[in-house]
Amino acid sequence: MLKQYPTLRFILMRGGWYFITFLVAVTINFYLPRLGKHNPVDIIMGKSGSGMSTEDARIKEEMYLQEFGLVKVSGSGATREIVRDSEGKPVRTTGFEQFVTYIGMCLKGDLGTSFQKYPKKVVDVIKEAVPWTLALQIPTIICGWIVGNVLGAMAAYRRGIFDKVFFPFALGLSAFPFFVFGMLLVYFFAVGFHWFPAMGGYANNVIPSFSFEFFSSAAHHYVLPFFSIFLILAGGQAIGMRSMGIYELGTDYIKYAKWLGLKESKVLAYLFRNAMLPQITGLALSLGVMIGGALITEMIFSYPGLGMAMLTAIQNNDYPMIQGVTLIITTSVLIANFTVDVLIGFLDPRVKAGLQIGKGN
Amino acid sequence: MKILKNLLKSPMFIIGAGLFFGTLLIALIGPIVYNMTMDRVGAQYAAPGGGYLLGLDDLGRDYVSLLLSGLRSSLYVGFLAGIIATTIGTLIGIYGGFRGGLVDDLLNMMTNLFVVIPQLVILILISASLQEGRSLTLIGVIIGLTGWTWSARAVRAQASALKSKDHISLAKLNGDNTLRVLLVHILPYIFSYVFMVFIIQVASGILSESAISMIGLGPLDTVSLGTILNQAKNTGALGDGVWWAFMPATATITVIVFALYLLNTSMDGVFNPRLRK
Repeated sequence: MLKQYPTLRFILMRGGWYFITFLVAVTINFYLPRLGKHNPVDIIMGKSGSGMSTEDARIKEEMYLQEFGLVKVSGSGATREIVRDSEGKPVRTTGFEQFVTYIGMCLKGDLGTSFQKYPKKVVDVIKEAVPWTLALQIPTIICGWIVGNVLGAMAAYRRGIFDKVFFPFALGLSAFPFFVFGMLLVYFFAVGFHWFPAMGGYANNVIPSFSFEFFSSAAHHYVLPFFSIFLILAGGQAIGMRSMGIYELGTDYIKYAKWLGLKESKVLAYLFRNAMLPQITGLALSLGVMIGGALITEMIFSYPGLGMAMLTAIQNNDYPMIQGVTLIITTSVLIANFTVDVLIGFLDPRVKAGLQIGKGN
Repeated sequence: MKILKNLLKSPMFIIGAGLFFGTLLIALIGPIVYNMTMDRVGAQYAAPGGGYLLGLDDLGRDYVSLLLSGLRSSLYVGFLAGIIATTIGTLIGIYGGFRGGLVDDLLNMMTNLFVVIPQLVILILISASLQEGRSLTLIGVIIGLTGWTWSARAVRAQASALKSKDHISLAKLNGDNTLRVLLVHILPYIFSYVFMVFIIQVASGILSESAISMIGLGPLDTVSLGTILNQAKNTGALGDGVWWAFMPATATITVIVFALYLLNTSMDGVFNPRLRK
């Protein structure tokens, strides 16, 4: 049916595939935190339950048990009540029942309640953090990819002294763990030279609003996190593009173009276009690593994004929050991957010609 | 032998191997030569000097001892994770790539599925749920078990390219069983490739451990380079300009990973003739 529209067919198939992946990811996201076999309510009660009378503690515990879906509940709304056994004890739900409830809640956009910021909803905490993370990561990854690839192609094409200096430099950059590089930038440019602030997304005395003051403060805080992610990404991409470019340089079409005496920029453009496709595919594969690394960089800078929300959650054993953030991260990685796939659907001549890619290679 | 000769001609290989074996040597003989102690020996964040080359940490422990211990932990985790991930990846990749058909489709599906779910997310979820008993070995095993996907993909591509080669068909005609074909006729051809995959897996194991430890989910039974950095971050050493709290650990991680990358790239240049000038 979709034979006439190979690109659309490709995109739909990839979309279906990502949906399956998403379901697996949600399942993993639910079951992995339950490996430890500890009850989240015990953790909260351990923290806040001391000093309460037994009756108060019991009521509070039951409230939490209900809140986190650990006991069976009958009715809805105001008539919600905990189902009890013959001794009056709440009936516990099974792991699978909890899983079904969890999926239902996820579909409604409810990721549960934070332990640490109780009764604040996980979704609300995430909503505050997401804009910061998006504003930091999307431009950084795109800029890093473009700059890295252009420099890599140039290194492959020129070789010589440019390559000799550039290549070890790029290799060194890409060997830095994201957060380690962030630490060095903080040390030199924030603590040492005082050029930029060391942490946060904006200055303490500024209130987030649509004002010049806020945006200039945010921009000032943006510089170091941006460069610590950007430089490493660009380094890694440049290395990949360089070896891809060297390989392409040996192909007939480049030799022919050179023999024709085409301008260097023209040959470079051909080279770039052909070597770019594997680099885009490579981008899809490494997005998870990039986003993960960038989140840890956010933690170094105490940047008010998802990374920081995750770090706070980990430090406080805030399981619903950890689970919520990991689910959002996985989902965004899948969406980003799908976007790259759509791009491939439009750019790859093999897809446009209706050929199956990835088969029989 | 010829390969080794070619490798030794590459300055990148020599630098990489030198750095790597240098750190390995330090990790091995360091504790013998240096009098390591994990006890409090002085004031919090005492500056380098006075017999303690790299100063003291926030608990007054000697940083040289901590770094040696951390370096050993990182190398151990890297190799453990690298061996597990490379073994699983190679087995799945070779088998799938060579057999093709339904088994390949299933293995490939599984690989493609786990390749897009970020490893860091899985690591965080598992580590956060294991509050007690989070040992260095366990973390290494988990990193290995979650990190094999891309090596399976890479090896599969290599194995399936070999599948239709003449010597494989001959071996099959000769009546060799699948296992023999895989071990005798395919593995030797992609061994250099698998070895390069292994090097990268070791590097990424070290990076993963330091990342997970950095955010406070590291091993509870020992010091690693990541836990040193975590402590430096938590106690605000970074903002206070206490460089010895994070600079040496940072440099150590970077040097090991850089050395491994150099080794990998130089081998790529030798094994893959297309990259040769």
